Amino acid sequence: MQEHDLSFVRVEMINAEAPPRSAQGLGHWLHTNMFASVTDSVLTIVGIAILVLVLPPLVDWLFLSAQWTGTDRSFCATTVQGGVRPDGWSGACWAFVADKFQQFIYGRYPAAERWRVDLVAVMFIALLTPLLIPSVPRKALNALLLFIVFPVVAFVLLLGGWFGLTHVETPLWGGLMVTLILSFVGISVSLPCGVILALGRRSRLPVIKAVCVAFIELVRGVPLVTVLFMASVMLPLFLPPGTYFDKLLRAIVGVAIFASAYMAEVIRGGLQAIPKGQFEGADSLGLTYAQKMRLIILPQAVKLVIPGIVSEFIGLFKDTTLVYVIGMFDLLGSVQQNFSDASWATAQTPMTGLVFAGFIYFVFCAGMSRYSMFMERRLDTGHKR
Amino acid sequence: MASQDTLRTVDTGKVSPLNDPKIRGIFFQALLFVFLVGFIYWIIGNTIDNLQRAHIASGFGFLERRAGFDVSDSLISFSSDSTIGRALVVGFLNTLLVSVFGIITASILGFLVGIGRLSTNWLIRKICMIYVEIFRNIPPLLVIFFWYIGVLSVLPQPRESIRMPLGMFLNSRGFYFPKFDWGEHAWLIGLAFLIAIALAVFVKVKATQRQMTTGQQFPVLWTSLALIVGLPALAFLLAGMPLTFEVPKLSTFNLTGGVQIKPEFLSLYLALSFYTAAFIAEIVRAGIMGVPHGQSEASHALGLRPGTTLRLVVVPQAMRIIIPPLTSQYLNLMKNSSLAVAIGYADLVAIGGTVLNQTGQAIEIVAIWMAVYLGLSLLVSLFMNWFNAKMALVER
Repeated sequence: MQEHDLSFVRVEMINAEAPPRSAQGLGHWLHTNMFASVTDSVLTIVGIAILVLVLPPLVDWLFLSAQWTGTDRSFCATTVQGGVRPDGWSGACWAFVADKFQQFIYGRYPAAERWRVDLVAVMFIALLTPLLIPSVPRKALNALLLFIVFPVVAFVLLLGGWFGLTHVETPLWGGLMVTLILSFVGISVSLPCGVILALGRRSRLPVIKAVCVAFIELVRGVPLVTVLFMASVMLPLFLPPGTYFDKLLRAIVGVAIFASAYMAEVIRGGLQAIPKGQFEGADSLGLTYAQKMRLIILPQAVKLVIPGIVSEFIGLFKDTTLVYVIGMFDLLGSVQQNFSDASWATAQTPMTGLVFAGFIYFVFCAGMSRYSMFMERRLDTGHKR
Repeated sequence: MASQDTLRTVDTGKVSPLNDPKIRGIFFQALLFVFLVGFIYWIIGNTIDNLQRAHIASGFGFLERRAGFDVSDSLISFSSDSTIGRALVVGFLNTLLVSVFGIITASILGFLVGIGRLSTNWLIRKICMIYVEIFRNIPPLLVIFFWYIGVLSVLPQPRESIRMPLGMFLNSRGFYFPKFDWGEHAWLIGLAFLIAIALAVFVKVKATQRQMTTGQQFPVLWTSLALIVGLPALAFLLAGMPLTFEVPKLSTFNLTGGVQIKPEFLSLYLALSFYTAAFIAEIVRAGIMGVPHGQSEASHALGLRPGTTLRLVVVPQAMRIIIPPLTSQYLNLMKNSSLAVAIGYADLVAIGGTVLNQTGQAIEIVAIWMAVYLGLSLLVSLFMNWFNAKMALVER
């Protein structure tokens, strides 16, 4: 009987067939991602048309036809405009950016003293980098150095007037330096102020709550430009007659007030998301209000709203451009200011300057948002559902 | 018993008033209140001092004075002889104008880009992503300068205006298009339009009723469209076509006639629209992604087509997620319109700034700004809250 058993058990696997030709390779990818249906094909063709219309002129303008070197406007002007370029030429005038680069970074800070700015920048990077890398130890000391010691040192170094350093008045400051100073101060003031305001808004004490709500809603209801105007024209009115109040300081006060109100709302969102049991648990352990907030509530609340906080930082960084309106020259302001420089005024200069400034802002903002995504993934300890 | 006694003595021992949360609360609030009152008193004292030194009379009397400056774009008649109050009204109307147009354009563009980011088409997805990434990461002021200095001011002189179809022109002084001159009996068209809208609403109500009772559908969209386009067109013909165009004409140095949109308005409007659209796109994307996949699967399983699924199942649910952040984007756009001051478009802040420099009435001007912007914010919030309540999930 056994010889006639026809049952069959396969002992070796046969190799899988290759996928059909229509389901692999470039053709398949194109079919599913670009030409899946008639509408899709039309959209793809429209997309390609947009790219063809935009990309070649853009690359040509940015790189191929661009003027990279030069000492004055004639390098970037056509013959009609008094330059050397043929008529109808259009290209980026990078020579302008190269020539004015120092001004875009330092403003009118005296050339001989610029090493001080460089030194501050090096210190800043040296302190910030380890703070941003999670595995580097001694975070508390690092934060103390960055937010307490560094500002004092930077203030002394940049302003001068002590220890034999020449005094450099703030109206001479400008460029990227002012943008970064405003953002740094704005960020480091707005975070603690925002926490205090948010806690005040959630407080059960009616007077404290009312004051915080009024402040937050009043500031959030008006544009930053009016807050800056207010800081620049009303602060001197509020202070005793004869008090001199530095323009940069006024701008910083305006930006900090504005950023604090927005930060408060972000942090309030985090506070509201913390379950009541956490508050009650802390209370039942006998913790004081300050301990409860510092040890239990805020660490969880802040972690929840890190994306919101970073997008506020990005917003603040972009908003510093508005100090241009009250007559200060940050990065965008210095770029804009140099458009009217007679030795560089050509038809191509403004666009080139704006593209350059836009690129710098983009790098900073995109960097911040990438870092926030990285942090978000790291801090995601699995409590979120 | 002894142990109970000790317990009782511990329990009834009065808590020190220092540790009583109620008394503490009152104490801290009183402290804050006294501090605030003192601070405000100090500020007011200083301000009065400063104003007296500068010989500025406080109060809103300056609104009646002659303005003495001209405003380039104005929706209502304005000359340098008009009052300052009227100048501020001009600014307010300009703020409203650019905000309303900006909000409309930004919404349309934002929804398109947001849906584009979710497209199955790889190319469209990438293009939309690049758009969003670029505009979210550069300051709005730079976008405004980009349009104003980078694009519009390098357009050709009026003599070499770019001709566009339908009698439109584009040059460094702005965008020109034909003016509509309505003749006699033109009001008939408006009337017809209103009647058509009323009829369309009526048809919609009746159609819903019929569908509820009999299950039969009625092509509401096409009927309404035919009514709204057809009736005014009929009225237009009946009234004897009372419409002529005043086409802008090219003279030696300038364009005359037609309607001119100044580059200041154009660049602010374009910049606000493009900038805010990037944020709206992200909100729309998040909203649509927030609708569980099971909803569209269930809808497909019921036999609804993709378009119907999107319209009747996905979008209504996505709107609930979208509306609250969308409101704050609208408010942001309105507040960002104050950047007009950087390019000299005569909005409320720009005109207020001019008045402030002329008269020195800092407190009054800032108070007007705050009142107007807070009022507008409140209005937009109220409207959007009403809209949100209408769209919200109706639960048992």
